[in-house]
Amino acid sequence: MSDAIQATPAERNAVARWWERSSRIDPRYLIAFLITLVLVAAQLRYHMLGSYDRLVLALGVCMATEALLSWFDRGKVVNLLSAYISGISLTLLLKPQGGALWPFVLGGFIAISSKYVLRYRENHLWNPTNFAVAALLLVAPDRVSVLSHQFGNDITTNAVIWIFGLIIAARVGVLHITLTYVASFLALNVARALALGQPVLPEIAPITGPMYQLFIFFMITDPRTVVRGRRKQIMVAVLIAVMEMLIRFASDKGWPLPTAFNVAPAFLALALVGPVAKWIDLHRSVAPTR
Amino acid sequence: MLHRPRPAIRRAIIAVPFLAAILIAMRLDRGPIRAGADAAHPGFVLRDETAASGIHFVHHRPTFDPKIAGIEPHVAALGASVSVADFDGDGRPDLYFTNSRFGESNALYHNKGDGTFDEVAASAGLADLNKPGEGVSMGAVWGDFDNDGREDVLVYRYGFLALFRNVDGTRPGGTRFEDVTAQAGLHRWVNSNGAIWLDYDRDGLLDLYVTAYFRDVDLWHLATTKIMHNSFEFATNGGKNLLFHNLGGGKFEDVTDKMGVGSTRWTLAAASADFNGDGWPDIYLANDYGPEELYLNDRGRTFKLSTAGLESESKSGMSATLGDAFNRGRLDAFVTNISERGYLFQNNNLRLNQMLETGRFRNVAEGAIADAGWAWGAQFGDLNNDGANELFVANGFISADRSKSYWYAMSKIAGANGRFFEDAATWPAFGNASLSGYEPSRVYINRGLAGWVDVAKKVGATDLYDGRAVALADLSNRGAVDVIVANQNQPPVLYRDYPDSTNHWIAFRLIGTRSNRSAIGAEVVLESGDLRQRRVVDGGSGFASQNDRRLHFGLGSREWVDRVVIHWPSGAQQVVQHPQIDRFITVTEPAGLKP
Repeated sequence: MSDAIQATPAERNAVARWWERSSRIDPRYLIAFLITLVLVAAQLRYHMLGSYDRLVLALGVCMATEALLSWFDRGKVVNLLSAYISGISLTLLLKPQGGALWPFVLGGFIAISSKYVLRYRENHLWNPTNFAVAALLLVAPDRVSVLSHQFGNDITTNAVIWIFGLIIAARVGVLHITLTYVASFLALNVARALALGQPVLPEIAPITGPMYQLFIFFMITDPRTVVRGRRKQIMVAVLIAVMEMLIRFASDKGWPLPTAFNVAPAFLALALVGPVAKWIDLHRSVAPTR
Repeated sequence: MLHRPRPAIRRAIIAVPFLAAILIAMRLDRGPIRAGADAAHPGFVLRDETAASGIHFVHHRPTFDPKIAGIEPHVAALGASVSVADFDGDGRPDLYFTNSRFGESNALYHNKGDGTFDEVAASAGLADLNKPGEGVSMGAVWGDFDNDGREDVLVYRYGFLALFRNVDGTRPGGTRFEDVTAQAGLHRWVNSNGAIWLDYDRDGLLDLYVTAYFRDVDLWHLATTKIMHNSFEFATNGGKNLLFHNLGGGKFEDVTDKMGVGSTRWTLAAASADFNGDGWPDIYLANDYGPEELYLNDRGRTFKLSTAGLESESKSGMSATLGDAFNRGRLDAFVTNISERGYLFQNNNLRLNQMLETGRFRNVAEGAIADAGWAWGAQFGDLNNDGANELFVANGFISADRSKSYWYAMSKIAGANGRFFEDAATWPAFGNASLSGYEPSRVYINRGLAGWVDVAKKVGATDLYDGRAVALADLSNRGAVDVIVANQNQPPVLYRDYPDSTNHWIAFRLIGTRSNRSAIGAEVVLESGDLRQRRVVDGGSGFASQNDRRLHFGLGSREWVDRVVIHWPSGAQQVVQHPQIDRFITVTEPAGLKP
């Protein structure tokens, strides 16, 4: 490396100070920034929203539901950042038949209310967006599908999302989950392709798509629904990848799974494995004080 | 202060709407809770009279270089087309079907006038067009390019274009066509799925716009398997569309670059009309793997790619269909796309023409009309003669093994980076899987505020073929719009239309003088009381199809027509007052009219 591009000690200190200061930011703000970045890139570059009324509805329902239910359940309105993240995620992920808007209304309500209903020891078990998308894909497959668009082929947009995603995942302390899942996905699906005598590239292709970017940066790494402890988090990430591989194997074999498993195996894998892991984690831990 | 219930009770209370929301979603999955207008009393029936009409044609899909055998069912899934032309000038529309395998013949069905047809392609010289080294037929479009009063035909192929001049149109015993491709300057290899005639410069001669799908590779001798699209939404590596200017004397000149219409998106269909009311024909493109495009004609000097709201939705455009969807006196556009339950809802586009007000089209497709499965050709026509257009949509992509679906394999690559699927060799092998196969056609009837309702089953359109091209024609000159569907790798279907006999109708046959003789591009606005409807003489529209050039209007119970305004392609405008109804009216462009 040439001297010209080497950082000076002062510069290194500045980076370190910024990194240190950023650790004091509520991780939800960083995640909200990232999802907003994805939204803006997706819409400005690729018109991915479909319509702005979807965004307004999903955001409005998520935030109103969060405000109402938190006031009802806890006696106060909580920070709405989590609802904001869910609203944008649902807007990007849900693709309804015929321009219907009800999936955004019901999806938003199901996502947020799941946090208040499906709980164990005062913790919710499912990532709310993951639960809503999986539920809608399972109960309304004739009307709702999930994002299957590209983010285009240009390197720049994808690089921006990946770079910011990885930095923020590191800052939030979940980078090891992202990397473990990606590595497991690649290894397991290459192995599956080789075992079944199928071409390898189509099996690893999905991870280059935006659905997986949303999955690995916003769902599987949700700080509120991951288990506690770095080793256990890595283990769960591997288990999710294994579950997804099994679902894909079943699809390869043509087993009669609901369509949701074929179209969004990662989401279904997380919806199956994540809550069980979280429940076990909570069950084994000391009961939290109220 | 309100007493707050205990946590468990609070959770139970919240669980009620939570579960209700899931149950409502389950209920909505079965259809709208408040159903729209039902399918009762559509006012017409369609009867499959293919065999009774003597049509025994069967389409055969092509086979290509073995290097792409893994996805050949996908690459070879196009080629069934149908076009309507009265090639012998006897006043009855005839039918031309293309075939797509080497050695298989195209079919020209001569309408005998008694409800049956004779197949005369061989004697006419239009049968043997699928040959190694030349290509295989993908469709045909008819127009009198030399203004001699006889309909000529361009056959577009995955291969060389082929232009045939009708040399002795009404000769007893059969019409003969001669191949004039080379003399015309059209000997070009284009992997094309569509072409339209239009007179873009209003010089009275039909010009030709040819769309290209795959770039100009020889699909039987591939040097590379990197022939596929490089994006499912933003691909621009397709073949280059071409515009040929008719110079007269049977010669054409490639003016693509000069006119700025050389899109390299994967165009599947084109249609032309004067969308912005400036008197010059524009070009509307339905592109696979990309957004639709509208090229606005700048007084015949050049075209400009418009920003009419089309660029904001990127889907899989299959068909460009023009019609006055809501009797506003405008030509709207219907573009078919792909929907497969659970996997993908691209939704069809019904784009209202608001070019005069806002300079844009507005997509209003909702509900049933948005999802016609893997939809292909479509056409607007007044099948019940009530004064409002119905919409016939053909669909179904690949019907093979019913127990195997390629959709799961497709879902792996559809969202991925383009490098994963630009190479055909990297796609999962198709085998004998189906992909949105065995889909029933849709026949939509407009129920006003209740939206478009599918009445296909009710009216008798029940085939499950892999429909591609749809053409409409009054085959027996009886005031009914018959539907002809060309099916991929399968026989076509001729649905005879039987509308309620109480409704009236009127139809116009236009003959150009200063305009091109076929009057292609002429637009007619009919006014009858509260009814105002616009139609355009078809130089090719839908997908790989061309309708009867005569314009049919249903009138419902209206017993008169106030007036008819004809916008000739020359730019001249003619008004016909109070034409008689329940008959065909022939209108020849008056010599004295000026643009």
